[in-house]
Amino acid sequence: MSFLDYLLGTRKKTATVAKDRLQIILARERVDRKGPDFLPELRQELLQVISKYVKIDLDQVKVNLEHDGNFEVLELNIVLPESITGTKKSVL
Amino acid sequence: MTKVIVVTSGKGGVGKTTSSSSFASGLALRGHKTAVIDFDVGLRNLDLIMGCERRVVYDFVNVINGEATLKQALIKDKHCDNLFVLPASQTRDKDALDKENVGRVINELRDSFDFIVCDSPAGIEKGALMALYYADEALIVTNPEVSSVRDSDRILGILAAKSKRAEDGIEPIKEHLLITRYSPRRAAAGEMLSVPDVQEILSIPLLGVIPETEAVLQASNAGIPVIHDIESNAGQAYRDVVARFLGEDVPMRFLTADKKGFFSRLFGA
Ligand SMILES: Nc1ncnc2c1ncn2[C@@H]1O[C@H](COP(=O)(O)OP(=O)(O)OP(=O)(O)O)[C@@H](O)[C@H]1O
Ligand SMILES: [Mg+2]
Repeated sequence: MSFLDYLLGTRKKTATVAKDRLQIILARERVDRKGPDFLPELRQELLQVISKYVKIDLDQVKVNLEHDGNFEVLELNIVLPESITGTKKSVL
Repeated sequence: MTKVIVVTSGKGGVGKTTSSSSFASGLALRGHKTAVIDFDVGLRNLDLIMGCERRVVYDFVNVINGEATLKQALIKDKHCDNLFVLPASQTRDKDALDKENVGRVINELRDSFDFIVCDSPAGIEKGALMALYYADEALIVTNPEVSSVRDSDRILGILAAKSKRAEDGIEPIKEHLLITRYSPRRAAAGEMLSVPDVQEILSIPLLGVIPETEAVLQASNAGIPVIHDIESNAGQAYRDVVARFLGEDVPMRFLTADKKGFFSRLFGA
């Protein structure tokens, strides 16, 4: 940080940005590790299919595996950007 | 009971070899019979940092392949009595290591050593997997920087899934966070992740913090692990790390910037 930034405390501290980014990405990577091996690949392929139609990034595709008694439920949650659909839609 | 300790990180160049050499030396200085193994097959470096590069005759891969005995390959350290170095091969690649033979060598070492320190190569491939497979405890070497923290988290996942302890379903590898190349001044200025930040993100117990110190480069120039430089911050910090590892209650040091740092901070130095 420059002298001025230091005095005024204007710029957002990059360490805070780093911490926030890490917490988000690691939360996702940890979920991937707990699930079956194919989860990250599944998400990547879903993303590729969807991005043929709408512009979307990885954060908007949530893949979750839940245990429910004897069942395992694969939950997909894909948030489409507003610009495409007018309102936010969730596709299950 | 012999303990096998892997020094690992995922990311390259964060201080694994520097830490392995000082940590192993520190255990030996405290009277424990210690062996340190270079798992970085193809990129041997531990020998240089330990200052024994001219005495390498046989290496780890020679022992793996039965071309030399352990006794022939182990190099006695010049600076501490209880320390032996098993250097990596420079001519083979990481595929020269396999579970069965690495296990055989480690078991043989168990007979005569209290601690076996495994200096892991970077990455998550064969060499790194072999270095951590037999570990009882792990030092996760992490720099306060995004890619290093992320890779450390990845390695924690691998320790929990792919180690022998994980496969056998017994008590998991005991994990220790070792933050290296820390600059208290930059952390205070908000330019670098702080110790509490890294600890919070990785949530494993903190074993120690090694400050970014010029003495580390000088130690590697000389081939004497920095722990022998008791004048230096890094040397003292490594001694603290060893004491904590051995169960002593030693407070953390070198976490805050020097007072005189204020002026250099003002001028952005
Ligand atoms: N506390 C420190 N202060 C200053 N420099 C350091 C410190 N720790 C390590 N270094 C420097 O960082 C560089 C990398 O260190 P080192 O070789 O120990 O890392 P490594 O993790 O073993 O690397 P690799 O992944 O290639 O095996 C070296 O130049 C070393 O001198
Ligand atoms: Mg190294």
